[in-house]
Amino acid sequence: MKVRRNAGASEDKGVEIQMTPMIDIVFQLLIFFIMTFKIVSMEGDFNIRMPLAAPREGLPDDEQIPPMKVRLQAQANGDLASIKLNEKSFGTMEELRGYIMQLIGTERGPGSIQDTAEVELDCDYNLNYENVINVITAVSGYVDRDDNIVKLVEKIKFSPPRKPA
Amino acid sequence: MTPMIDMTFQLIAFFMVLINFTQSEQNEKVQLPDSELAKPPEVPLEFPITLHLTQEGRVIIGGQETGLEGLSPYLVKEKQVLQLKGQSISDATIVIRAHKAAATGKVQELIKVCQENSFEKFALRAKEYVKGN
Repeated sequence: MKVRRNAGASEDKGVEIQMTPMIDIVFQLLIFFIMTFKIVSMEGDFNIRMPLAAPREGLPDDEQIPPMKVRLQAQANGDLASIKLNEKSFGTMEELRGYIMQLIGTERGPGSIQDTAEVELDCDYNLNYENVINVITAVSGYVDRDDNIVKLVEKIKFSPPRKPA
Repeated sequence: MTPMIDMTFQLIAFFMVLINFTQSEQNEKVQLPDSELAKPPEVPLEFPITLHLTQEGRVIIGGQETGLEGLSPYLVKEKQVLQLKGQSISDATIVIRAHKAAATGKVQELIKVCQENSFEKFALRAKEYVKGN
């Protein structure tokens, strides 16, 4: 029995890809990704040590040296007015960092001054928070010429909050 | 037609690779201070609880805005979530994303409220400072 071929003309053309629906979908996807695209800047954290209000019982650790108290005073508008550490005034963050570097020295590792040193921040109530981060940056390390982070003081805490002026 | 489709696929691939869905922890009301030492952590925090502090001193937690005095109920809920997951409060880290012009006293009060709710670990978040900006 002879099998009749279907209208033979269409077979010769081959399979044709439907471009229009594909382009529709592709543009939909493109628009979705463009609309949801947002450049996100990288963020990092500064860990701060804030023990609970009730201190633990027992004798204080002998190796624990008292924290370096950094006093930050603010102007009326919240800008930084002065930085003091151990009653010594600093004009810029670089001066403060230089002083901390002198205190810490080059020794690193467990038991070193760098390991045990602690900074306590005593700030005016209305001080802009940006200044606190700048001071924390100055005392906690710096980026050297090779883009490596050199750590200075890692233990940072706040004094009890001052009353608003 | 072919070059146009090539380009379109290139664009789709570009945006697909760069898309970032982890923006839930950000808030447009909060502009972080920047710091050259603020590098993204190599290991993600175990149990972060993000608190946003706006310039006016309002706290945003989980998309809800509240004053400092109304924060405790939200922290109690977070503690319950921790307990349900079988973790202790000391495992949690409070991530503070404060506006750069917020009063430092407000940040300290925020920390105090968290301490009253037994949270111990805190992290102050800052934006990475890019040279030239």
